Amino acid sequence: MAWANQDKTAIVGIGATDYYVRGKSWPRTINDMAAEAIMNACADAGISHKQIDGFAYYSTAGAGYLDKFDTASLMETLGMPHISYSATLTSGGGGCPGAIGLATAGLMNEDCTYTVTLMALQQLPQHRLGVVFGASAPSPENSFLQPSGLVGPGHLMSMLTRRHMHLYGTQPEAFKEIVQATRANTHNRPKAVRRNPLSDEEYWGSPMLADPLRRLDFCLETDGAVAVITTTMDRAKDCRHKPAVVHACAHGGQREWGRAFAWMGMPDPHFASSGHKFTADRIWAQSGLTAKDVDVALIYDHFSPMVLMQLEDYGFCEKGEGSDYVLSGKIRYDAATQGGVNGGVPVNTHGGNLNEAYIIGMTHIVEGVEQVRGTAINQVKDAEFALVSGGPASLPVSSLILRSA
Amino acid sequence: MTYGPARALPGDQIKITTNPDTEPFWEAAKEHKLTACQCGACGKFRMPPTPVCPECGSREKNWPTLPGTATVFSYVVCNKNPKNGEDYVYVPVVVDLDGAPGARLNANVSGCDADDVYIGMKVVVDWTPIQDGWVLPNFKKA
Ligand SMILES: [Zn+2]
Repeated sequence: MAWANQDKTAIVGIGATDYYVRGKSWPRTINDMAAEAIMNACADAGISHKQIDGFAYYSTAGAGYLDKFDTASLMETLGMPHISYSATLTSGGGGCPGAIGLATAGLMNEDCTYTVTLMALQQLPQHRLGVVFGASAPSPENSFLQPSGLVGPGHLMSMLTRRHMHLYGTQPEAFKEIVQATRANTHNRPKAVRRNPLSDEEYWGSPMLADPLRRLDFCLETDGAVAVITTTMDRAKDCRHKPAVVHACAHGGQREWGRAFAWMGMPDPHFASSGHKFTADRIWAQSGLTAKDVDVALIYDHFSPMVLMQLEDYGFCEKGEGSDYVLSGKIRYDAATQGGVNGGVPVNTHGGNLNEAYIIGMTHIVEGVEQVRGTAINQVKDAEFALVSGGPASLPVSSLILRSA
Repeated sequence: MTYGPARALPGDQIKITTNPDTEPFWEAAKEHKLTACQCGACGKFRMPPTPVCPECGSREKNWPTLPGTATVFSYVVCNKNPKNGEDYVYVPVVVDLDGAPGARLNANVSGCDADDVYIGMKVVVDWTPIQDGWVLPNFKKA
């Protein structure tokens, strides 16, 4: 059944800071970067930042697991006269596109008129995301994880990946293709951290951090901030750009994938998955679309195999066929035709978390907006529908379909 | 790629904490008894231990002594000590515990080369003393 809020709100402004290699943004502060991203997003929308009256966050409003966002301090810093909506989607980066659903909820409830969704990320040496599980103090729950030396999200994803390889014969060549295909989209992106073409030799020579995953299968660790502004369709008409219409948005998950990280109790076939099946089914039901109907897919890529597993969960291919799907070139963007390859849907035309920058999923939303506006650097011709996903991580995960106005 | 012998991480670098829901598991481990949290009403197992049975809602718990054998469900090969970054080959595994269907543990496996670990491999519990007098269940190739 179609979503009650379908096509009633839109993302009208996108803004970002420069992207910095992890640790290189200091002495800028988190609030400095957040403020710049918000003001850039408002300028893009053609509104004043003082018109923002709503905040819709995710990742428990965390900034690199170190600082926390705080509505009170942001509104005071930016001089907003009042705010009437402040909400956060629980769990981690999986909630990124879902935060646009929270924004929509606030707008449709007439709690607010312009809502900002923000991620500002700054990793200091003592709080690297890559070793977040290993570095945190022992708790009764993580005492069942930490002693095994699974120190970061990538180690846990390696465990899922190994099972996928065992069940379906998934090949490491598929992970290489995911990294190379999305890297091929950054050579013309001025802000991308990794812009050089990636050779086979460089990929295979990349150190194994958690076999079967290499360093290049892990996303970048980036500092920076990205903000987007969501408003109602009637207000969107007065903004500077063509609105990126919020066509469907869902967050959640099912118990079989459950606590996943640190738990590892998921039964097959959920263990070797991205945990997105429930949310994927919801967003297709909300939108009336299928994977084949979207023109471009912005798939959360903190670790390369998780792209493959999401392609399966969203139905771009059958479960267990992700390796063959990827290896047939179907996630590639062909600049000559401005379209897909071999009947596929182009994935991460911006280079994604693996190559452009890792601002915990926000760059995928920005690229989705650019694509349906028709202003993307690697524009998919006549892009009407863009899928944006967040996660896998702990539940909830989320996804968003943006539509061209 | 050849990794060589798989070693459990050094026990003196490992610290845990407990709460009333999890403590019986660790108290049993001190006596070299491998247990898992079993619902006292419906008999289903769950790990890590939690206050309420997700199947039936009961808060009753049993802590049966398990055979101490298990099967590798998945694994990762790592080659740096996470505490100090030194070269150190260890193999985190997720195992299915014999005698406790549905209960899994994360641990290290040793007693073989890291290259020889495989999904479906039979393993047996191996006790590692850790900080503060606690004892950690790891596994060795059976
Ligand atoms: Zn029960």
